[in-house]
Amino acid sequence: MTTSTSYLTATQSPAQPLERSPGYWQSVLKRLLKDKVALGAGCVIAILFFMAIFGPYIVPADPYQASILGRLKAIGSPGFPLGSDELGRDMLSRLIIGSRLSLFIGLTPVMFAFVIGTVIGLLAGYAGGLTNSAIMRTIDVFYAFPSVLLAIALSGALGAGIFNSLISLTIVFIPPIARVAESVTTQVRMRDYVESARATGANAFTIVRVHVLGNVLGPIFVYATSLIAVSMILASGLSFLGLGVKPPEPEWGLMLNTLRTAIYTQPWVAALPGAMIFITSIAFNMLSDSLRAAMDNKR
Amino acid sequence: MTTPYVSIENLNVTFTGGARPVKAVNGVDLRVNRSEVVALIGESGSGKSVTLRSVLRLHNERRTIMTGSIRVGEQDVLKLSAGALADFRGKTAAMIFQEPLLALDPVYSVGAQIVESIRRHENVTHADAHKRALELFERVRIPSPERRLDAYPHEMSGGMRQRAMIALALACKPQLLLADEPTTALDATVQIQVLLLLRELQREFGLSVIFVTHDIGAAVEVADRIAVMYAGRIVEEGPVATLLRAPRHPYTLALLRSRAHGAMEKVDGKRPQLETISGAPPDLSLPQTGCAFAPRCTLANDACKLTQPEANTITAGHSARCLRLDATA
Amino acid sequence: MSTQPLLQIKGLTKHFPLKKNLFGRGDVVRAVDQIDFDVLPGETLGVVGESGCGKSTTARLLMQLINPTAGEVIFDGALVGGRDLPLKEFRRQVQMVFQDSYASLNPRLTIEDSIAFGPQVHGVSKQESLARAHDLLERVGLAPARFAARYTHELSGGQRQRVNIARALALQPRVVILDEAVSALDKSVEAQVLNLLLDLKDAFNLTYVFISHDLNVVRYISDRVMVMYLGQVVEIGAADALFDNPAHPYTRALLSSIPAMDPEHRTEKAAISGDPPNPINPPSGCRFHTRCPVAQAICAQRAPVLGSPHSAHPVSCLIYEPESGYQAEVKSEVTA
Repeated sequence: MTTSTSYLTATQSPAQPLERSPGYWQSVLKRLLKDKVALGAGCVIAILFFMAIFGPYIVPADPYQASILGRLKAIGSPGFPLGSDELGRDMLSRLIIGSRLSLFIGLTPVMFAFVIGTVIGLLAGYAGGLTNSAIMRTIDVFYAFPSVLLAIALSGALGAGIFNSLISLTIVFIPPIARVAESVTTQVRMRDYVESARATGANAFTIVRVHVLGNVLGPIFVYATSLIAVSMILASGLSFLGLGVKPPEPEWGLMLNTLRTAIYTQPWVAALPGAMIFITSIAFNMLSDSLRAAMDNKR
Repeated sequence: MTTPYVSIENLNVTFTGGARPVKAVNGVDLRVNRSEVVALIGESGSGKSVTLRSVLRLHNERRTIMTGSIRVGEQDVLKLSAGALADFRGKTAAMIFQEPLLALDPVYSVGAQIVESIRRHENVTHADAHKRALELFERVRIPSPERRLDAYPHEMSGGMRQRAMIALALACKPQLLLADEPTTALDATVQIQVLLLLRELQREFGLSVIFVTHDIGAAVEVADRIAVMYAGRIVEEGPVATLLRAPRHPYTLALLRSRAHGAMEKVDGKRPQLETISGAPPDLSLPQTGCAFAPRCTLANDACKLTQPEANTITAGHSARCLRLDATA
Repeated sequence: MSTQPLLQIKGLTKHFPLKKNLFGRGDVVRAVDQIDFDVLPGETLGVVGESGCGKSTTARLLMQLINPTAGEVIFDGALVGGRDLPLKEFRRQVQMVFQDSYASLNPRLTIEDSIAFGPQVHGVSKQESLARAHDLLERVGLAPARFAARYTHELSGGQRQRVNIARALALQPRVVILDEAVSALDKSVEAQVLNLLLDLKDAFNLTYVFISHDLNVVRYISDRVMVMYLGQVVEIGAADALFDNPAHPYTRALLSSIPAMDPEHRTEKAAISGDPPNPINPPSGCRFHTRCPVAQAICAQRAPVLGSPHSAHPVSCLIYEPESGYQAEVKSEVTA
C-alpha cells in the first residue's frame, strides 16, 4: 500500500438528492403548533400586538378627551363601553392605546438584556477560570438586589421618563440572563463535541459560533421570555410610582395608580388596567412554558 | 422432575408510552430451579432487562401492558396486590443493578439503607438489624465493615459499592436474586472478584439467580444455564457447556463467532477479520412476521420469514427456536 | 531501531490540583506521572489499565486538550507547540474518537456539517469540505444520500461511531487515538466497527493508539500493548508476547482476571483483591506494592524505573532490575 499524502478522492457533488430531516427549530415549531395552550396564548398575544400597532385606528373615542361630567362612569354606560376614568376619559380607548407603551416597556428591556446578558454569560462560561469568577461575581452584586428595589433605585438615579426606565429595567434583567447563559454555556463547553472541535484546532470564536451558540440560545431564550411578564409588571410598577411614564400618557401601570382612589366608587373600572397586565403576563408565561416543553425533546 | 422455583410463562411486555407501542418482550418462557443460576444473554433491545424487571414489576404500570404469568414459588407476581408486591420485593426476590451509585440513595449511609430494608420486612430491633448489616458486610468481604456501614455511597469505591449493594439485596434472605448487568461497569480485576463472590454466596444461600448480561465471559463464570434472547424472545437455551461448545441457533453461533476471543490465530502474519452479523436488530414497534432473526440469518429460507419458530427440543434441557436446526447440527 | 517513532512521549506528567485549604497547599491528583513511551509509524498501540490508571488523561494530553504539568510530546521529530510544529498544525496530524458517540456530535448540526467542520477550520472551502465529508461517509459504510443531511438523534450507536470515525479522518491525520471507541457498542456492532477500523488503517496508512478496558479486543487489534497503573507505565510489549508471558505482576493479575470462558475450569481465585487505588496519594516506592502478590520490603522504598522505551519489552518492576535489592530467589518463582 503506497503512502499517499491526500487519501481522499476527487471532489464530486453527490449525484442523488439527500434525504433531509426537519431541522431542530422546525420540529420545535411543529410541536408548538400542536400545543393548544401555546396556540391560545399566541392568539392573546397576537390580539395585544394588533391593539398596539393599530390602536390609533380602532379606538372608539379620543383617549385624551377628558370630561368632568363623564367621570367614573360604570362599565356599559352609553358611550363608555368599559367605563371612564377619574378624568372622564374613555377606558376602552385608553386601554387600547395603553397597550403600546406597556408592551414596549415590557418587551424592549428584555430584548436588550437578552443580547447583552447572553454575550456576558457566553464569555464567562466559555472562558472559565479567573475570567469567569471576575465577571460572575460582579454580576452577583447586581443580582443580590431585589429587582423592584434595583429598578426603583436606578430610575431614581437616572430620573423619571420612559427612556430612563427602559435603561434601568434592562440593567435589572442582565444579571439573571447572564447567570443562565453562563450556566448553560459551562455545561455545553464540557461536552465531547466541543472538545473535539477544540481538537481540530479551531479558535474559540469559531467554536462558540458553530458549536456553543446553537445549543445555548434555546434555554436562554426560554428563560428570557419568562421575564417579559416580570418586565411588564416592573414597568407598571415604575409608572405607578411616578418614575416611568408621565400623565396624560395612557399606560396600564400609570392608570392603576391614578385609579387607586376610584376603588371605592367604581371598583370594576379601577381593576381593568390590572386585568390587562394580568392577561398579558399570563399569556407570555404560558407561551414561554410551552416553548420550553417543545424544546425539551432530546432533539 | 422437580417443579421449578421460578416459572415465567408466555410473558409479553408492551410499552405504550411513545408514538407507537413497543413490544419489548414477545412470548418468553423461562424456568429457574432452586439453587440454579440462569444467565440471560442478549444485546441492547433484546428484552433481557425488561424481562428481569418484570419479575419485580418495576415497570411503570400505567404505560406497560404485561400478560402471561410469572410464578415465583407459590405466587404469581403479575397478580399480586400492591401490599403483597411490596412484601415480595426484598423478602422473596431482590435485585442488584448495574450502577450502584444510581441504585443506592445518596443521602443515607449504606448501613442505614440495609437496616431500613431489614426492618421493613422483619420485626427486629434497630440494634439487631444493625448487627445483621455488619454480618452481611463481613460476608461480602468489605474491609473495615464497622466503619463502612456509616459511609455514604459516594465515599466508597466502585467495587465496594457493588458489594454493598449485594449485601443490601441479601439483607432479608431472599430466595431469588435478580442481577441486572452487575459487573458491566466494573474494572476487570474487580469484576472477577464480584463474580466469584456472587458464585460463593449463591452456593452458600442456595439462591436462584437470574443474571442478565451482554458479556458471555461473565455469564460462563457464574451460570449453570444460559438463555440467549433476541428481539424479545428466547431463541436458545441450554446448559452452559452445551451452549458454548455446540450452539445450534444461528444467532448464538454468529454471536460466539464475532468475538475477538476466537480470532487470535494469525493468518499470514495478520489477524483475520471478525465475523460479523450484517444488518441491525429489528424495530420492536413494528409487528414482526416470521422469525425475528431471519433478515440477518444466512440460513433463512422462505418458511423462516413466514412462521415464528416454536421451541424445538434438541436434547434434554437444550432447546432452540429455529426452523433450520438441520443446518446447524 | 531504524524506524523513527512517529510520537515520542517524554516525562509526560499531569497533576490536577484539588481544592486548596486556607494555606494554599492542597491535595494533588497525580493522574499521569512521568510517562515515557513511543508510538511507531503504522502500528496500533493498545493501552490498557483500570480506573485511575491515567489512560484517558494520557489521551487528552497527547491531543493537547489539556496542558501537561511537565514533559513533552514530539511528533515526527518536532516538538509539539515548538517553532517547527505549531499547535494548530499538530492538530491536523492527530485526531481522536471518543467513547460516547452521542455526546461527540453536535445535535444541532447535520452529519455532513459535523464532519466538514474540521477541514473548514483549516481553510478548506465549504464545498470541498462537504464533498470530503460525503466521500468519508461512503468509506465508513454510510450511504451519503441517506445519512449526510440527517441529525445525530436519528442514528444508532454504531452508525454514530462511524460518523465519529469519519469526522476524525476528515483532517487526514496520521495518528488516530481511539479512547474506548467501541466500548459502548453492542458486541455485534463492535465487531463491525473493529473491522472497519482495520480496513481504514490499511487504506489510509494510519497509526492507532487504542485505549480500552476490554483485554481481548486490545489483544486482537494491537501490535504492541502498553499497560498503565496509577498514572505510570508498567509494561510495554508486543501483543501476543505480553499476553502469553506477562512480566509485570500487575499485568499478570490483570490478564488472569479475564473470564475463563470454560465452564469446566472456572476461575477459582481472584489474582488481586480490592479496588484500584486513588491517584491522590499513591503508595510510596512502587505504586503497585500494596496489592502485589510478590512484593517485598524494598518495593515500598524504591520506585522501579521503566526500561528504555526503545528496548523490546520494557517493564517497570524491581524484579527485573539487577542491583535493586529485590531478593533473587523469589524471582525464579515469579518468572516460572
